[in-house]
Amino acid sequence: MTLSLVDDAARAASSTRPGGAERRGRMNARRRGTRAAPPLSVGAGLGLGAAVIWMTVLVLLPLAAVVAEAAAGGWSEAVRVLTQPQTAAAIRLTLVQAALVTVIDVVMGTAIAWVLVRDRFWGRRLIDVIIDIPFALPTVVAGLVLLALYGPQGPTPVDVANTRVAVTFALAFVTLPFVVRAVQPVLETLDRDVEDAARSLGADGLTVFGRIVLPALAPAIATGAALAFARGVAEYGSLVLISGNLAMRTEVASVRILGYIEGGDLAAAAVVATVLLAVSLAVTLLLGAIGRVGGRRG
Amino acid sequence: MLRLVVIAYLVLLVAWPVSLVFTGALSDGLGPVIDTFTDPLVLRALRLTAVAVLWAVVLNTVFGVGVALLLVRRSFPGRRLLAALVDLPLAVSPVVVGLALVLVYGSRNGWLGAPLAQAGVQIVFSTPGIVLATTFIAMPLVLREVVPVLEEVGTDQEQAARSLGAGPWATFRRITLPAIRWGVVYGMVLCLARAIGEFGAVKVVSGNLIGQTQTATLSVEELYMNFDRQGAFAVAAALSSVSIVVIIIVGLLRTRMEKRRGS
Amino acid sequence: MSIEIRNITKTFGDFVALDDVSVGIRPGSLTALLGPSGGGKSTLLRIVAGLETADSGAVAIDGVDATRLPPQRRGVGFVFQHYAAFPHMTVARNVAFGLDIRHRPKDEVRARVEELLRLVHLEQFADRMPGQLSGGQRQRMALARALAVEPAVLLLDEPFGALDAKVRKELRDWLRRLHDQVHVTTVFVTHDQEEALEVADEIVVVSNGRVEQVGSPDDLYDSPASEFVMSFLGPVTMLGGRLVRPHDVELLGIAVVGSVAGVVEGVQRVGNEARIQVGVPGAPSVAAVLTRAALRDLDVRVGDTVWLRLAKGATSMAATPASSPDDAARGAGSVLTGAVSAPR
Repeated sequence: MTLSLVDDAARAASSTRPGGAERRGRMNARRRGTRAAPPLSVGAGLGLGAAVIWMTVLVLLPLAAVVAEAAAGGWSEAVRVLTQPQTAAAIRLTLVQAALVTVIDVVMGTAIAWVLVRDRFWGRRLIDVIIDIPFALPTVVAGLVLLALYGPQGPTPVDVANTRVAVTFALAFVTLPFVVRAVQPVLETLDRDVEDAARSLGADGLTVFGRIVLPALAPAIATGAALAFARGVAEYGSLVLISGNLAMRTEVASVRILGYIEGGDLAAAAVVATVLLAVSLAVTLLLGAIGRVGGRRG
Repeated sequence: MLRLVVIAYLVLLVAWPVSLVFTGALSDGLGPVIDTFTDPLVLRALRLTAVAVLWAVVLNTVFGVGVALLLVRRSFPGRRLLAALVDLPLAVSPVVVGLALVLVYGSRNGWLGAPLAQAGVQIVFSTPGIVLATTFIAMPLVLREVVPVLEEVGTDQEQAARSLGAGPWATFRRITLPAIRWGVVYGMVLCLARAIGEFGAVKVVSGNLIGQTQTATLSVEELYMNFDRQGAFAVAAALSSVSIVVIIIVGLLRTRMEKRRGS
Repeated sequence: MSIEIRNITKTFGDFVALDDVSVGIRPGSLTALLGPSGGGKSTLLRIVAGLETADSGAVAIDGVDATRLPPQRRGVGFVFQHYAAFPHMTVARNVAFGLDIRHRPKDEVRARVEELLRLVHLEQFADRMPGQLSGGQRQRMALARALAVEPAVLLLDEPFGALDAKVRKELRDWLRRLHDQVHVTTVFVTHDQEEALEVADEIVVVSNGRVEQVGSPDDLYDSPASEFVMSFLGPVTMLGGRLVRPHDVELLGIAVVGSVAGVVEGVQRVGNEARIQVGVPGAPSVAAVLTRAALRDLDVRVGDTVWLRLAKGATSMAATPASSPDDAARGAGSVLTGAVSAPR
C-alpha cells in the first residue's frame, strides 16, 4: 500500500513510453503470470494459513488493540485527550512539520533526481550513495549526527538544538530519499525525444519542464510525497536527542504518545496513536489515488 | 547551478553531519573508544541487537518469500487485501508499534500477554518483545523486493521445469529460487539495516532495562543522556559503519540486478 | 525554404560522426538522407534542427544563419522515429502544442488543429490519448503536430523505422502525396534504399560521416559515383571483375563473343523472379536474376552449362581489388557473390 505505489507509478510512467516489442512481451508475461495463477494447493493453503496467523498475531491484532483501547473510553474521553493543550500542540506541530518537510522534499527531491539522472559529473555515484544513508542509518544516530553539526557544540555557528527548526532538520534528513527514489526511475525512463519534440515546436527550457516533464513526473512525485509525509508524521527516533521534546514547543505526537505510555496512561496513548494511524493511512490513500489517476492518463 | 544547490543541500543535511560521527568518536583518541567497547553493558546491548536482527531477518525472509510466492503465483479470495495489509507496518509510527505490542503482549493486562505470563512466558520487557518489535517494523522489506522480481521472471521457466518432471519443491529450489536470488538478498540487506536501526518500538517494549533489554540504539541515547558524548558517538559510529557498508552492498546489488534485467 | 549545410564536423569522443560535410537542400524538395546505420545521417539532421551542436561548420535555413539558434527559434518541424508523442495530452492537444505556447487565439488554434487532423486522417481521434493509437496513427499525429507551426523545413528521423512493413509502405506513399500538397522543404533520414528511391526527389548518400553522392534517384541508380553507392542502392554481383546488378547479367544457352562460361549451381524461384547462381572457374559465383518467363524460355537446371554476359546499357563499374565487395557493402549487406537476395 505504501512503498508499492512507487512501483505502480514507475510502471504507469514506463508504460506510456513508446513500447518496444520486448517490453510489451515482458508486460504480457507479467499479466500471464497473474491471470493464469492456479488456485491453492493443500501445501500452499497451509502456507497461506500460517502467514495469515503470523500476520494476525504480529501486526493486525496489536494494531486492532490500539484502536480498541482508544475506543474503550468513548468519544468524550477521546475528545478530552485530543483537546488537552499539550497533546493538541504536539499533533498540530507534527502535521505542520510533516507538511513543511513534504514541500521541501518535493522541491529538493525532484531537483536531486534531476541532477542524478540528467547531469553528468564526477562524484554523481557518491551522491547516489548519500541519498540512501538516511534509509539505512539508525534514526537515533541521525538525530545524533545532526546535533553534532547543528547543536551547541557543533563546528557551525548554527545552533538549532531544542527548537522547531531542529524538528524540520531531522524530518528533512529521514524523509530525504522518498521523493528522490520515486522520481528517479520515472525520469530515467522518460523519452528524451519527447522533450526535443517540444523544443522544436518552440518551447523553451522552462516550458518543456512545466508542460512536458512535470506532468510525467507528477504521479511519482505524489507517491514520494505521500511516503515522506507518512514518515514525517510517524517519526520518533531522530527527534529524541535534537528536539529536546519541550512540551508545547518541540514535542511531536510520537513523543507525546511515549510520554503517555511512560506515565502509564495507555488509553490516552492509544487515542493519539489512532489519530496518527488514521492520518498516515488517509494521506497515503489520497496521494496514492492521485498518483494512480495521473499514471493512468496517457 | 542546480547541481551546486543539490550538492550543497546534501552536504549540509547528510554528508557533513554523518562524517562528524566518526571524527566525534575519535575526538579524544582511541582510549575512550576501547573503554566503550569493553564496557559489558554496551557489549550486552550490541549482542541483544544482533539477536533481534538475526531473528527479524530470518523470520521476514521466510515470510517474505512465502507470501510473495502466494501473492504472485496463486489466486485466492482476499489476495488483494493481503497485498495491501502486508505493507501496513511501514506506515505505522514505531512508537505506535511499541504501544500496540504492549497492549497485546503486556504481562499484566495484555490480551495474550496475561495468559502467557501465567504460563511463565514473558514477552514485553524481555527479549521476545524486542524480537517481535524489530520483526514488525521490517516485515514487508523482503516481500516487497521479491514480488516484482517474481512477476518479471514469469512462469514459463517453472512450467518448463514441471513439464520435464520436476516436483514443486525441486522447481522452487532449482528454478524459482535462483531467479529471485538477488531480490531476496537485496530485501534481506534492507531488512538488516532497518532492524539494526530500530529505536522507537524497541524503546516502548523493552522497558529500557540497562544490561537486560537495552539494544545498541537505546544505549546510544543512554550514553548521550549521561553526558558520555564520546561513548555515544563510538557506538553510533559502529552502527553507522554497518549501515554504510550495507548501503554499498545494496548499491552493488542494485547495479547487478539492473544489469541482469537489462540483458 | 532552402537549407545550406557548410563544413559540418561532429565528433563523439574518438568517434567522428560527421567529417566536414557540406550539402545544399533545394527549397520545396523532398530529400532523403540515405546511408547505413551509424553513418552520421541522424546526427546531421539533429544538427540542422538544433538538437545537437556541431563542433564546427554552419547551418543556414532560408538564407539565415541558424548555427547558434536554439531549436525553438529555428522554425523546423521534427518528427522522431518513436513518435515522441506527449503521453498526457489528447491527440488534439498534441497537435495544438506549438500554437498553444505561442498563445495564438483559441479559435485559430481549433480551426488549424481540425484542418491538420483532416489532412492526416485522424479527425475522429482528436480526443483520444496517444497511447490508444496505433504506431502509424501516432506517427501521423506527430507529423500534424510538426506541421501545425508552419515550419520552414520539415525534418523526419527514420519516420517509418518503428512501423511494420505494411504500414510503412502505406505511410511512404502518403508522405509523398502529402508533400505534393503542402510543398514544405522536407528532409527525411532512412537506411532503406527502397524507401529513398520511392519517395525522394533527391537523395544524399551519407556513410562514415561523409557525403558519398547527391542526386536524383535515377542518377544514383544509373550512375553511382562509387562502389559503395552502387552496392547500397541495390544488390550487386561480380562478373568478369566488374560490379553489376544481377538483373543486368544475361544468361545464354550458347557461347557468344565476350561471354563467360559457367555451371548453374542453384535456381531459386521467388514469386515472378528467378534467382540463378552460376559457378565460374577462378572467380566467385555470379548471381543473375531472370523473370519467370525468361527462365521458362531458357529452361536451365542445376548442373547445366550457361554463358554469361552483361546486358546492353547495364550499369557496371570496375571493382577495386583492394576493396572486396564485402567491404564495400559493409552495413548494406547487399553485395552478392553467391545467392541473390532482394534488397531489404
